[in-house]
Amino acid sequence: MTGQLPALQVAVPLLCAPLCVLLRSRLVAWLLFLVAALASLTCAVWLAERVDRTGALQYAMGDWQAPYGIEFVVNGFNTPVLLLVSLSAVVVAVYSRRSVAAELDARRTPLLYACLCLTLAGLLGLAITGDVFNAFVFLEISSLSTYTMIAMGRRRQALLASFRYLVIGTIGATFLLIGIGLAYAVTGTLNMADLAQRLTGGHDNRALQAAVVFVFVGLAVKMAVFPLHAWLPAAYGEAPSAVSTFVAATGTKVAIYVFCRFAFTVFGASLVFGSMPIDRIGLILACLGILAGSAAACFQDDLRYVLAWSSVAQVGYIVAGVSLATTVGVSAAYLYMIMHSVTKAALFAIAGLLLLRLGSVRLTDLAGLGRRMPWTFAAFVVAGLGLVGVPPTAGFVSKWALVTALVERDQWPVLVAMLAGSLLALVYVGRVVEVAWFREPPDGPEPLRPPASMVAAIWFLVLLSVYFGIDASLPAHLADAAAEALLGKGGG
Amino acid sequence: MIASHYVYWTFFALMLIGLYVVISHGNLLKKLIGLALFQGGVFLFYIGLGKRDGGSAPIISDDVETYSHPLPQVLILTAIVVGVATLAVGLALAARIFEAYGTVEEDEVLERDSTEGVTAHDRERTAEQDGGGS
Repeated sequence: MTGQLPALQVAVPLLCAPLCVLLRSRLVAWLLFLVAALASLTCAVWLAERVDRTGALQYAMGDWQAPYGIEFVVNGFNTPVLLLVSLSAVVVAVYSRRSVAAELDARRTPLLYACLCLTLAGLLGLAITGDVFNAFVFLEISSLSTYTMIAMGRRRQALLASFRYLVIGTIGATFLLIGIGLAYAVTGTLNMADLAQRLTGGHDNRALQAAVVFVFVGLAVKMAVFPLHAWLPAAYGEAPSAVSTFVAATGTKVAIYVFCRFAFTVFGASLVFGSMPIDRIGLILACLGILAGSAAACFQDDLRYVLAWSSVAQVGYIVAGVSLATTVGVSAAYLYMIMHSVTKAALFAIAGLLLLRLGSVRLTDLAGLGRRMPWTFAAFVVAGLGLVGVPPTAGFVSKWALVTALVERDQWPVLVAMLAGSLLALVYVGRVVEVAWFREPPDGPEPLRPPASMVAAIWFLVLLSVYFGIDASLPAHLADAAAEALLGKGGG
Repeated sequence: MIASHYVYWTFFALMLIGLYVVISHGNLLKKLIGLALFQGGVFLFYIGLGKRDGGSAPIISDDVETYSHPLPQVLILTAIVVGVATLAVGLALAARIFEAYGTVEEDEVLERDSTEGVTAHDRERTAEQDGGGS
């Protein structure tokens, strides 16, 4: 039974999705999503523990041996991603019951849970697969269900946001498909380990270089790296709260993992960062993304758009870590990924709670409400300080790790951009805090009471971010193991 | 180079035409048509990779010596399914946008959002959803 865990990791949420649609009951659909999330968390914890003890696991799908069959691989580099995605799913499952009930009509609710299950299955599959074409299919499963969920947003703007994401996202995924096709034409294999083996020489092959470019441009769209980020703000800003919480915590992070996987264990660091200037391009785009994203966040008048633009900037920090292509840099990027995921999920969850209680999260409508709802805004302040990187929050630990990695490689310009980005983060978080705490409260009716399940999910995330800020040994251990697994073999 | 690889050049031209249509047109349906062309070009590129001179369809038979490579065809079968699903979601969204705005031109949609005020339509749409319409 435990031998089948890698398959069950993906199969359980995938099977729950059609059941949600067939049974058509809100409660049953929610329960199925909760079960899928809990089952994947159990699998992920079990697998992580096994990998930590005995090393990498390989699972041949349907007993067709690699490189002919599709292979699932669990190793240090993807256990943090599996844990992150399934933990976010459990928290969102707890959070979503009341949030979705308030934002969507009853008829669409089971469909939303079906899409959440599909997204979960797609993201987990993307993280666990060892086959490049399979990765494309899982990417499309998670993307298509995400487009659908974004379109279920409260306002009609959600429709155009979703359509634009669909067009840009499909172009990105198709670029990935072209890149995979070119790599396949050069090597004749689709298995990641096999590809890496056959690509050790031949760095001057033009088709191979084109493959690298197509794969990375395609993934950059999904990661929302700076000039390809245009879909993100509206998509996160208009989606239903539970969806933006889940997608903000996981979507871009899994794409970044796939980027690392392709760069270090498929094409190899010597090709990607040696013969080709992907590292320099990555660092420049990371700096631009940090500055542009943070600056744009300062000028938004809707809380969810502030958070979405901040996500564009945060992707920049992670890309900077990966682009260093050192063990310390990649470890810092993983740590940043985990910490930012927890922090940003907490912030989007708080925005969703405010939306539920007030009906709007425009900054003008939040004036003075810090005194009316001290606990909700206290959670916002703690998570917001995490975004700025103030100790003792998770944001500080991850930024410190990134600074160490940058100093080690003498990347001073990036460090300056990072500092500027953190100051701008202080501005946009400070703006919200100023509006909420230091303005006169309006004379309105009392805001609605917050549902206990949503409050529990928010405080779990906020306290987790503070806990990781004080004792970061668990995420740091996972991040180090990931960097070691990525750079230790193959790429070097 | 161009002469011997003319098939690939044709496919890349098809991809570029599709991409150009997506970028240059504001009509949402035309964008989807461009997207389908772009994906179609990529599908043909894969099929082209597996073709061998004089190779027949990869169905085992006694009097056939050379076969085309079946794997790219299988991959593209999957990718076509993905493409159809994408197109279906895209068309459904375009239909919903037409219901909500009365147009499928991107600039007109944006114009209506900026001029007609956001809040009035929010209420309308929420009411419509509560009533179980569409």
